[in-house]
Amino acid sequence: MIERHFDEELQKLNSKLLKMASLSEESIYLAIEALKNRNKELAQNVIDNDIKIDEFELEIEDYSIELLAKRQPLASDLRFIATGMRINSELERIADLSVNIAHRARDLSKEPALKVLVHIPMLSDLAIKMVKGSIDSFVNRDLDAAKNVIKLDSEANNLRTEIHKKLVEEYMTKDVTTIPRSLSLFLVAQHLERMCDHAKYIAEDVIYLVSAKNVKHKHEEILK
Amino acid sequence: MEKNIIIKTKNFNFYYGDVKALTDVNIKIEKNSVTGIIGPSGCGKSTFLRSLNLMNNLILSARYEGQIIIDGEDILHKDIDVVALRRRVGMVFQKSNPFPKTVFENVAYGLKINGITNRDFIDQKIEESLKGAALWEEVKDRLNVSAFDLSGGQQQRLCIARALAVEPEILLMDEPASALDPTATLKIEELIQELKKKYTIIIVTHNMQQAARVSDYTAFFMMGKLVEYNKTNIMFTNPENKITEDYITGRFG
Repeated sequence: MIERHFDEELQKLNSKLLKMASLSEESIYLAIEALKNRNKELAQNVIDNDIKIDEFELEIEDYSIELLAKRQPLASDLRFIATGMRINSELERIADLSVNIAHRARDLSKEPALKVLVHIPMLSDLAIKMVKGSIDSFVNRDLDAAKNVIKLDSEANNLRTEIHKKLVEEYMTKDVTTIPRSLSLFLVAQHLERMCDHAKYIAEDVIYLVSAKNVKHKHEEILK
Repeated sequence: MEKNIIIKTKNFNFYYGDVKALTDVNIKIEKNSVTGIIGPSGCGKSTFLRSLNLMNNLILSARYEGQIIIDGEDILHKDIDVVALRRRVGMVFQKSNPFPKTVFENVAYGLKINGITNRDFIDQKIEESLKGAALWEEVKDRLNVSAFDLSGGQQQRLCIARALAVEPEILLMDEPASALDPTATLKIEELIQELKKKYTIIIVTHNMQQAARVSDYTAFFMMGKLVEYNKTNIMFTNPENKITEDYITGRFG
């Protein structure tokens, strides 16, 4: 076997992606903490920190394009760089959604608290679980873990729909003064559900990376 | 599918004296496709290519077994007309090898040795062949200069035009661009895409990206065996064989 300098470069790309994953994961924890604890300083930290994540996304993108140009990779090398680029964007979008949640948390912290719907922490726990699961599946190149993330997605959709329904029925139609706060929570549920979608996309990318099977838009086999 | 197959080999074995160069090669090549042949040096890829128009018969120690069926006819049969076969199966080599003659005479050569003397017909064929090789515009006003006055890339396209003049069905190319600069290489690659509309092309290349760019199918040879033969898009994104993966990603070679 020839020792390839390219392997070191791929390893470097992998490390950068892991760092991006941990930054993105941290932003979710903090945004949800800020929401739970009505902590506007923490929410502000999440918002301010996003610029670093954006910059890091660009750094990874530049490095990936450099490797494509320099190495013209094939087979598993090609699949790794191509999926790495997609995972990079998914992670950045997850961080953007954390920022959106942080904005809502900051607004909500200025208003009297609404009695919390149990479904919101359920959905935020699920979002954390799915994002973490998708990142772990990438770290370990683990097909089963990736499939498990995809299986959880319908639960996220159901929770989001349930939250929307309850906000309308239990707050908005009963007391118009709750509408601004209900709308904020409505959006939070939306953002959390989108996070779950991005976790699912990462899991799909991992499946492609490991098995070269593209399962986007066709989950029947996985969900069997 | 089967009726579109122009070349089929059955358990083809090839020996240089006591050395076995190819072992049980079974491959089916589709008409009007480009097949790239890749593999490390000495893997048998050029031997295989040269077997398809019996170029190896010029080597005294060469012997072979099995079948190579082109258009339904086993070319390894002793009664085969080798000259007629080489007219049907043309060849372009790594190093351009124009004859020390004019551009015109290079292309006309094959026609003349086939007994064609009608000047109008020859003129027409020369224009067609040079156009087919994407060289006409560059040489139409200097058909009488020596072929050696052309650039390297032009000389290689001249050799392609020379091969086209006798109207082959199949073109064998043995690293046709390896001695050319990137621009001339690109021209040859573009030309291959045009040529496959009329001809079936088999190209041996050391350049993996070139195989990925130009071929519809790729065959990977290693130590005289056909390790993997697959659609090019599958071969270069998800090869089925671990050895193929290791070779195309440069883990050995």
